[in-house]
Amino acid sequence: MAAATAAASSEEAVKAAKVLMVGAGGIGCELLKTLALSGFSDIHIIDLDTIEVSNLNRQFLFRQSHVGQSKAKVARDAVLKFRPNINITPYHANVKDSNFNVDFFKQFNVVLNGLDNLDARRHVNRLCLAAEVPLVESGTTGFLGQVTVHVKGKTECYECQPKPVPKSYPVCTITSTPSKFVHCIVWAKDLLFAKLFGDKNQGNDLNVHSKDDSSSKTDVFERSVDEDLEQYAQRIYDHVFGYNIEVALDNKETWKNRRKPNPIYIKDALPEDAVQQNGRSRDHMNEEQDPSAMVSLGLRNSQEIWSLAENSRVFLEALKLFFEKREKEIGSLIFDKDDQLAVEFVTAAANIRASSFGIPLHSLFEAKGVAGNIVHAVATTNAIIAGLIVIEAIKVLKGDYQDYRMTYCLEHPARKMLLMPVEPFEPSKSCYVCSETPVVLEVNTKTTKLREVIEKVIKSKLGMNLPLIMVGATLVFEDGEDLEEDEIANYALNLEKVLAELPAPVLNGTTLTVEDFHQELKCSINIKHRDEFDEEKEPDGMVLAGWSGPVDKQITSNGENRSVPSSSNTEDVDGTAEDISAKPGMKRKLNEILEAKENFDALENPSDVGSSSAQVVEDDDDDELVMFDEDPRQSKKKRLQ
Amino acid sequence: MDGGGAGAGVGGSEGELTAQETALYDRQIRVWGVDAQKRLSKSHVLVCGMNGTTIEFCKNIVLAGVGSLSLMDDHVVTEDDLNANFLIPPDESIYGGRSRAEVCCESLVDFNPMVRVSVEKGDPSLIDGEFLDKFDIVVLSRASLKTKLFINENCRKRSKHIAFYTIDCKDSCGEIFVDLQKHSYVQKKPGGSTEQQELTYPSLQEAISVPWSNLPKKTSKLYFAMRVLEDYELSEGRSPGETTLSDIHAVLARRKDMCDKMSLNESRIPTTLVERLLAAGKKEHPPVCAILGGILGQEVIKSISCKGDPVKNFFYFDVADGKGVIEDIPPPPAN
Repeated sequence: MAAATAAASSEEAVKAAKVLMVGAGGIGCELLKTLALSGFSDIHIIDLDTIEVSNLNRQFLFRQSHVGQSKAKVARDAVLKFRPNINITPYHANVKDSNFNVDFFKQFNVVLNGLDNLDARRHVNRLCLAAEVPLVESGTTGFLGQVTVHVKGKTECYECQPKPVPKSYPVCTITSTPSKFVHCIVWAKDLLFAKLFGDKNQGNDLNVHSKDDSSSKTDVFERSVDEDLEQYAQRIYDHVFGYNIEVALDNKETWKNRRKPNPIYIKDALPEDAVQQNGRSRDHMNEEQDPSAMVSLGLRNSQEIWSLAENSRVFLEALKLFFEKREKEIGSLIFDKDDQLAVEFVTAAANIRASSFGIPLHSLFEAKGVAGNIVHAVATTNAIIAGLIVIEAIKVLKGDYQDYRMTYCLEHPARKMLLMPVEPFEPSKSCYVCSETPVVLEVNTKTTKLREVIEKVIKSKLGMNLPLIMVGATLVFEDGEDLEEDEIANYALNLEKVLAELPAPVLNGTTLTVEDFHQELKCSINIKHRDEFDEEKEPDGMVLAGWSGPVDKQITSNGENRSVPSSSNTEDVDGTAEDISAKPGMKRKLNEILEAKENFDALENPSDVGSSSAQVVEDDDDDELVMFDEDPRQSKKKRLQ
Repeated sequence: MDGGGAGAGVGGSEGELTAQETALYDRQIRVWGVDAQKRLSKSHVLVCGMNGTTIEFCKNIVLAGVGSLSLMDDHVVTEDDLNANFLIPPDESIYGGRSRAEVCCESLVDFNPMVRVSVEKGDPSLIDGEFLDKFDIVVLSRASLKTKLFINENCRKRSKHIAFYTIDCKDSCGEIFVDLQKHSYVQKKPGGSTEQQELTYPSLQEAISVPWSNLPKKTSKLYFAMRVLEDYELSEGRSPGETTLSDIHAVLARRKDMCDKMSLNESRIPTTLVERLLAAGKKEHPPVCAILGGILGQEVIKSISCKGDPVKNFFYFDVADGKGVIEDIPPPPAN
């Protein structure tokens, strides 16, 4: 019987397979369970995260008592309870660590991704291409999800299509002309919070001068040694919500076609006795509790929208609590959505600013979602996606490449389908990752230093970690651990040289060869010299053609996750929308794609919370990239230095 | 027997969610909102028939935070039950001599301390109307057609609104049936606005009585194949899943009869599909369990929260083509 034979061969393929799962979060828990039930018996799993309370609503292998422990390890133990005889090898580590190299990847028959960020996805994609191991990739947001299959030479790779980059905003929208709540959040978080509590050496676009001494270099944010804290908090309030708005109003041109903002001073927002009374109930606060302005002001419901007066109280109280209770951290804080006091401060500041600009106010719950790029995540979608991953993985193991499908999980049916399979694309001939197509870089070779090209292009846009750069046969730069001292010195010199003055000059028409041995990725960059760049539109002073990323100077409203060089570290916008855009030479039926697209347009324009989901990330909160330590809090702080 | 889980902290004093609930459910409240979460925490779900597919569903709604979940399945656990079931540890000293509902309950209570999970002893085919009033949602799996029709009719007779679902996995294929009777809900329009909608569902009896020739050409072949199998099992007095490949000739003869009677071309129910369904027996393919249990979980959440377009009224999944398809099977024309 044909049906029986097929079943037997799947079973054998599954039993013999050695698989690597990357990610033990929302999708990962479901995936590990379904793999184990399906008969997989040699599963390796990498995840650097530890378990948090907000994971428990869907990451069903974890319990309250596991909070703080390694996801990979706890997931293994949980699955062994119902499948004790299989091998699960957990790694509490970052998939970008150098020990997970091409040779490591080569031992697997298939790699299954349940990741939450673009950077790690790109890295795994490159290693899978280099190791020639098939990759099944996935992602979910709310009720939407997708599974795709990437097999070298047969289907497109994960990077064949440009990825949407996190929504970001022009600086002037944030500093002067906000029109949405999210702009106020970005201002409160990336400018005000960073200015008050973050690294003092970081550049910041806030106006720090007051009218008394606009000529002097005094920074109004400096608190003098003997300044009363209450007075300081009110001074900051009046400066950022009052004076700075007045300064902005002076620029008549800006407001010609815009609604003018109202300056807000503390005396207007709060009656004087209320200012005095602010935070008096703090005495009742439990010393062991983390300091919270909501608690000391007796505000309980995080779903409720506070009035301007309440927001003003929270603002003053939160600011004071930082100075009183957490003074040691000041100067090194990074906004973290799990830091209650930070969320309170940012919510209040964003709402006061929103009041100024006539933008509707939001609750702390909503503000936290926007500020933390919190992903909408439910168990059901993850379970469905995990099921679809296993179905594709089995096809891959059996080599049924005619049957590979990309499957979209939809919220609204398209052509009666809630689960819509689509034939995979062929590899893109112009993909710099899986084909050898060069990219073109327009740059002023006489003024641009090699360092800038490495940071702004090779690392952040091409996503390389440890690049090696050749001009013709001359090695001009190399990154890595086992370099000789004279090499290091030589490369350090080169970094500071402009392109045209390198030992092998880089001029119009020169081709750079860039290589990352860890990713086994090699790429050619054709240089095109250009004298002038538009400061506003092309602030990098260079343009990478064929690479579609943000080129404007922008403040990206990222979560707390980012630390190292900005744009390379952006969290992934949900992958769902990306693959659906029509493109030439594709194999799938257009009408299917167009119908499906409607589903995703709905996602792109959500009705809720001032478009927090403009930056939706996949499953999750968490930080796959930069943490190397056991304790996530520790590493967050470390990154600041 | 009560499986424990004290239902701690369900709803704050003024019906607000507690801080504990807000923290635990944070990510999903961002999907369906606070009101939906409150409705979930007040809903009561009955599941009859514990298998790999229904435990996926149970896991999903316990995580989502329903008020209570009752499990009904007196069958003693056997080794066969372990295949697609992650709630039963493969240790006879734990499951030996105990019912499927008891063992599954014991594992499920740990998934969410805020949900009350318990066991209801008894035979689904004898469930009476009054008993059903305890529930807002009734899910039936691997039940005979007779039992399905009986419970569906009983749900419809109650004055209380009780949503009725069946869910069955046959290895690589699956079917979900939905009867929400009259269902009002908020529909999200493209662009973000919302609109109140009302749907009227046919009963299972009505939905399977519609003449096949009335159905659209593109109706899923699984719809027909499942009806043939169900009809065969009913007339032969077989339990679901007991029919095997050795019955192929009799089942194909039944296919011919039914197709002739209802003027459907027999090729609309391919022999290979009938063979796959028979070969499946009671076997469940774990990825298909996850997919069906996920879809049903979402449907039940939509139904309780009165938010989002619910499936009306059949859902099919088949690994062979990878499609997850909704079929709207109308009641037979009145005459």
